[in-house]
Amino acid sequence: MHNPQLNKHGELQHLLTIDGLPRDVLIAILDTAAPFTEVAEREVKKLPLLRGKSIFNLFFENSTRTRTTFEIAAKRLSADVVNLNVSTSSTAKGESLLDTVDNLCAMQADMFVVRHAASGAPFLIAQHLQTTGRDHIHVVNAGDGRHAHPTQGLLDMYTIRHYKRDFSNLTVAIVGDVLHSRVARSQISALTTLGVPEVRVIGPKTLLPTEVERLGVRVFHDIREGLKGVDVVMMLRLQNERMNGALLPTPQEFYKVWGLTAEKLALAKPDAIVMHPGPMNRGVEIDSSVADGAQAVILPQVTFGIAVRMAVMSMLAGQQGGNK
Amino acid sequence: MQRLDAEALFQTLVEQMRPHVSPATALVGIHTGGVWLAERLHRALGLTQPPGSIDVSFYRDDFGSKGLHPQPKRTDIPFDVEGAHVIIVDDVLYTGRTTRAAINELFDFGRPAQVELAVLVDRGGRELPIAARYCALTLPQPLPASQSLQLETDTAGALTLRLIDA
Repeated sequence: MHNPQLNKHGELQHLLTIDGLPRDVLIAILDTAAPFTEVAEREVKKLPLLRGKSIFNLFFENSTRTRTTFEIAAKRLSADVVNLNVSTSSTAKGESLLDTVDNLCAMQADMFVVRHAASGAPFLIAQHLQTTGRDHIHVVNAGDGRHAHPTQGLLDMYTIRHYKRDFSNLTVAIVGDVLHSRVARSQISALTTLGVPEVRVIGPKTLLPTEVERLGVRVFHDIREGLKGVDVVMMLRLQNERMNGALLPTPQEFYKVWGLTAEKLALAKPDAIVMHPGPMNRGVEIDSSVADGAQAVILPQVTFGIAVRMAVMSMLAGQQGGNK
Repeated sequence: MQRLDAEALFQTLVEQMRPHVSPATALVGIHTGGVWLAERLHRALGLTQPPGSIDVSFYRDDFGSKGLHPQPKRTDIPFDVEGAHVIIVDDVLYTGRTTRAAINELFDFGRPAQVELAVLVDRGGRELPIAARYCALTLPQPLPASQSLQLETDTAGALTLRLIDA
């Protein structure tokens, strides 16, 4: 089946989800990101690659870190960035998503970075652009509903590779609210595609998707058992805003059983790294002593995120199909 | 075309450059051939500044038509560019577009006092107003566009030039 994210040359046309992307495309993104990390140390933190391109950040859902790092990434590539504050825009007046997109296309948009509460919204935009013959405009999914957050998944892979060098002998644990997490879905796709032999998901039954085993992971309902001997601990945020009904007793009780403390982390390998996509709920899913501890790589994740987003945007803008 | 002896050309280049460099002169090689060459020149000329390297992938003027080079290398400038005497080093000078990109990239690290260009071979075919201050060999006839001239190196660091018909 044709992957809508790839053009006929097999190059990335849109980045909508990691699921279904070939391993060599993921590796190419990570390899391309590496030289971009060095730009932050220059006198002039700018590359001319996307000069004259207009990138629209369409955020239909709140975000600080993701929107800001996308904006910095685009600006370091010399693109013009327009942030649409959707709560005060036409959408609030009743304009449809695709009408908004058509209007921005009429303003010569070259790329959309989209975050939406509805799973599949970025895919809908990409499909709309394709059926209306606008192949030169690219879409990056910056998080859609419970579906995917591919650049977060990629920056996590970049971080793991930076500290662990190689994916082929790692045990990686994803801990917490997997059910509501688009980040977890992207992480699982990326880890399995890149050949991590053991991916564990650890969480209470109420916060794991049914049949999560079918994604190729080992399931643990006991955090102590699950953390034994792991190389990487990827914490997830407890998504209070997506909770409907009584999935949990209280945040305090969640912390007692599932919160990552120094004592639980000691069960992992001594050189294990601790990651978190942010924003952190200290004292809920992670203890401050771990979040600020020597094994945490949470702030480097943010920095690597800029380079990874630069790589994605320049690969999209620079592919053949998009340039006639 | 005559056989090109890369090692002999290298010696010629060293002798051309020697009277004009001081220990503080900084070399910057353009990936990949220019980096090998810069490392050899650095030793032969007894320079103290560690040589830098530039991958011009992010500064190319054909990004819009050709896209990003699949595996860009890291640009590494280990010295302070501000006020420095810099010699950009490349194996083969052709259109001048790579040199243009390298100069632009270099200036994003600071304002050098002086920038010069050293190449092993000038194959002709310039498309920009760029000339090398140091050049071991200028081919009497420009090479046809269908041919490419590439510098190669073995594990011991010995240089060879290879002419490839596309």
